[in-house]
Amino acid sequence: MRGATFKGGTHPYDGKDLSKNFPIQPLEACKEMVYPLSQHIGAPAEAIVQVGDTVKVGQTIAKAAGFVSTDICSAVSGTVTKIEPRLTVSGAMVQSIIIENDEQNTAIAGLGEKRALDELSKEEIRKYIQEAGIVGMGGAGFPTHVKLSPKDDSAIDYVLVNGAECEPYLTSDYRMMLEQPERIVGGLEVILTLFENAKGLICIEDNKPEAIRIMKEVVKNIERIDVKVLKTKYPQGAERTLIYAATGRKINSKLLPADAGCVVNNVDTVISIFNAVCESTPLLRRIVTVTGDGANAPRNFQVPIGMSYEKVLEAAGGCKPETVKFVSGGPMMGMALYQLDVPVMKTSSALLCMIRDEVADFEPTACIRCGKCVSVCPSNLVPQKMLACVEKNDMEGFVKLHGMECYECGSCTYICPAKRRLTQAFKQARRSVIDSRKK
Amino acid sequence: MLSKLYRVSSSPHVRNRISTSSIMKDVVIALLPACAVGVAVFRLPALLVLLTTCATSVLTEYLYSVLMKKKVTTGDYSALVTGLLLGMNLPPSIPLWIAALGSVFAILVVKEVFGGLGQNFMNPALGARCFLMISFASRMTHFTLDGVSSATPLAIVKNASRSQSVVDALGEQGINLLNMFLGYTGGTIGETSTIALLIGAGYLFLRKVISWEIPVTYIGSFLVFALLFGGYGLDGQYLAAQLCGGGLMLGAFFMATDYVTSPITKKGKIIFGLCLGILTGIFRIFGGSAEGVSYAIIFCNLLVPLIERIAIPKPFGYVKEK
Repeated sequence: MRGATFKGGTHPYDGKDLSKNFPIQPLEACKEMVYPLSQHIGAPAEAIVQVGDTVKVGQTIAKAAGFVSTDICSAVSGTVTKIEPRLTVSGAMVQSIIIENDEQNTAIAGLGEKRALDELSKEEIRKYIQEAGIVGMGGAGFPTHVKLSPKDDSAIDYVLVNGAECEPYLTSDYRMMLEQPERIVGGLEVILTLFENAKGLICIEDNKPEAIRIMKEVVKNIERIDVKVLKTKYPQGAERTLIYAATGRKINSKLLPADAGCVVNNVDTVISIFNAVCESTPLLRRIVTVTGDGANAPRNFQVPIGMSYEKVLEAAGGCKPETVKFVSGGPMMGMALYQLDVPVMKTSSALLCMIRDEVADFEPTACIRCGKCVSVCPSNLVPQKMLACVEKNDMEGFVKLHGMECYECGSCTYICPAKRRLTQAFKQARRSVIDSRKK
Repeated sequence: MLSKLYRVSSSPHVRNRISTSSIMKDVVIALLPACAVGVAVFRLPALLVLLTTCATSVLTEYLYSVLMKKKVTTGDYSALVTGLLLGMNLPPSIPLWIAALGSVFAILVVKEVFGGLGQNFMNPALGARCFLMISFASRMTHFTLDGVSSATPLAIVKNASRSQSVVDALGEQGINLLNMFLGYTGGTIGETSTIALLIGAGYLFLRKVISWEIPVTYIGSFLVFALLFGGYGLDGQYLAAQLCGGGLMLGAFFMATDYVTSPITKKGKIIFGLCLGILTGIFRIFGGSAEGVSYAIIFCNLLVPLIERIAIPKPFGYVKEK
């Protein structure tokens, strides 16, 4: 079975064997739960609770501040003890609501109530998704209701479920496909109700034959849904490469998937959509893979959002003393944590414990112009020349070389024999160009 | 509190195993079969020349780094590659002091003065070879085989009278196609054995150190040029002598593909290969000397910045701006 793919890309060591055979275990929430008001792209949500308020499981504690923004709900019952800036995964201090868990799990009325999909209007579906606080859970955190509100519903030809999971080590989407395939299909059916002309494609890399088999089995009698097998290659799960591999359509940085008639959602997002629309349950938990060579017991967990990584790691059996680096997310695009007392957010897919710091082990040396960065770039850019521009602080040259088309997948930095820090430079350059455009 | 802080870095947090030195090591390994044949055919003098150029190149780079208080980078094997390539481009009878002088020139003048590894605009080994060709023309073009003066197959073909067939001209000197393929002919130390060079090139392809664009377009365009303008038309013997009788194999697979001095993009590599084929054809067929590979490569090295300007690929999903 040879999967569809894109030009470029790399094959980093995938490490998925560490955790892929362990079923998802639910974790109990910890005492202090932290809800940063900005866990998504767009305006931070506005807190609607005050210090001293009691909250219930599923209660909305912050409201979307505008269309591109989303709600936040509490995963525990208890008391709001503080509203103050807290450290988050990105290293930024973000205004957060802190809730002391009373461990009673008192839920709001109607939590978990079943709803029949065919009785809901499109507006109701979108409203439920927004109120559930659902964002892109693959990592970007773009509010899902915005994604699902293109200008013209009838112009959407494909609804893609991103089950590529091309980041090394991550197995959360894989486990969901094995354990909850009906929910994935259920969520996809919700989205398909919004787009009457669309076909649903569940996209899976060919290194997950078991997931492909199960998903194919579940969708075999559903006319509008198919499984699309993709070649295993990083970054196959990036939005642009995924759309291209699945449909042959191309988008660039200035276009949205909807411009190519596509809507793309991650596996966990689709399940959250099903939970929100059909079972009246907002986004309260997510699947986190605790893994890496430093983890004592690599596993997949269902973690209440707001729980600190420190507690998650404790529950997972801790890490080896030689662990030097912790990454929230995968090794290619995840964020390194300088301390573990940061909350699991809607976009946190994994806690990777690394016993080797490869970034520090290799000092960058002179570029030998081998061209490997050019051949792996999924955006068909020339990273070597882009870096030369950034080093000279020539932002105009950087933009001229189409530097803004880079989505920081890290392939060039991974492959570079001289260990040059290309992606890192491009991140800075892109921020500075975006900032200067705002002025 | 401080003890609980962990290391951070900007993503990606993992690196590939391939490094500059592992790539250079692969190039050295790929050159060894041709060196071995060179030493087998030309005996001790060839071995001494190779040892001299390698040792002098590495030593020059080491001393330069120490004297200029730069980080010593001899561990990346790039100086060794330059030394080996220069040695392979010299006739076995060359006096060792000339070989040493060439190595110093390659490292010092062509490479280090321009900023060291990655900054030179011309292949150091070829730059040095051309320097020696101009300075010591007769010694650089004096080839021997088994202790007897022996012209290279290319020179024999070039000087043959038009009434004589290529096979006869080569045959008079005891050269046949098999000899050329195996490497038992006059020539520089590393250029004579086509089979050994192909084995090395195959290794580089397998290890993904080089890609097809430059060698294929170079050899392909040169063959077409020789076919059209060589004067022999579709004469298999003539074309084979052009392919295997000189420095084309060594140049196309090991020197034109030098990362630093060739274009970085696919389109650029193809343009570069075409330029090389045409220039080599002009130099060999219309020029005064039988050989033209070295000059074609260093000339095209100078064109690389221009080629790259027109060979920037269109990004994924590119749409022309209105």
